[in-house]
Amino acid sequence: MMNGLLLASLVLLSLAILGSMFRLLAGPSIPDRIAALDTIGILLLATIAVIGMLLRTTAYFDIILLIGILAFIGTTAFARYIERGVVLESGDDREHP
Amino acid sequence: MNPETIGSILESVIGIVVLIGALISVISVIGLIRLPDVYLRSHAATKSATLGVLFILNGAFLYFWIFEDHFSIKLLLGIVFVFLTGPVGGHLNGRAAYRSGVSLWKGSVRDDLKEDLKRERQERQEGRGL
Repeated sequence: MMNGLLLASLVLLSLAILGSMFRLLAGPSIPDRIAALDTIGILLLATIAVIGMLLRTTAYFDIILLIGILAFIGTTAFARYIERGVVLESGDDREHP
Repeated sequence: MNPETIGSILESVIGIVVLIGALISVISVIGLIRLPDVYLRSHAATKSATLGVLFILNGAFLYFWIFEDHFSIKLLLGIVFVFLTGPVGGHLNGRAAYRSGVSLWKGSVRDDLKEDLKRERQERQEGRGL
């Protein structure tokens, strides 16, 4: 029962990653692609949690935390790059945007 | 009820929670594909994908707590982190999209930020002129 439900949710999550891959390739603007990348990262995190439950191991929890942090940092860096053209700005840049 | 029955009921409940999370993720990706605009799409991608992933992570947390006797602080931290950063990332993305000039869907009826942004740019230019 449990294994069947977990396998079904793995299939559904794979379909979801495939769909957001379509938006990543076809998105007309760059923020579309960033939203799709963020979604892919979060869905990958959920997939790893389901795989950890299937294999009954706690070894993958570090990877869950790491992917969560990396997806957020990637989204933030991309958004700042689009908005201002720089990722990290020093104090001088604020005077002459 | 004997403990085995309770165990199998709990197992089924956790499996159904995980399946609900996967279904919500699929629905949010349908929104990500079908909606017409960056802002509407980020509405679908941010809120409902976060909800689905929180369902799945909570199911995993309960599973390892009940059946493996492993109270995972790492997984709890991951749940809190996803809950906090999903909407923040979506907001940053939408703000960057608006300020870099991605146009709204033609059926949008209201755009309050446009005038504010115009006034802010004007004030900045006047300040530079002085």
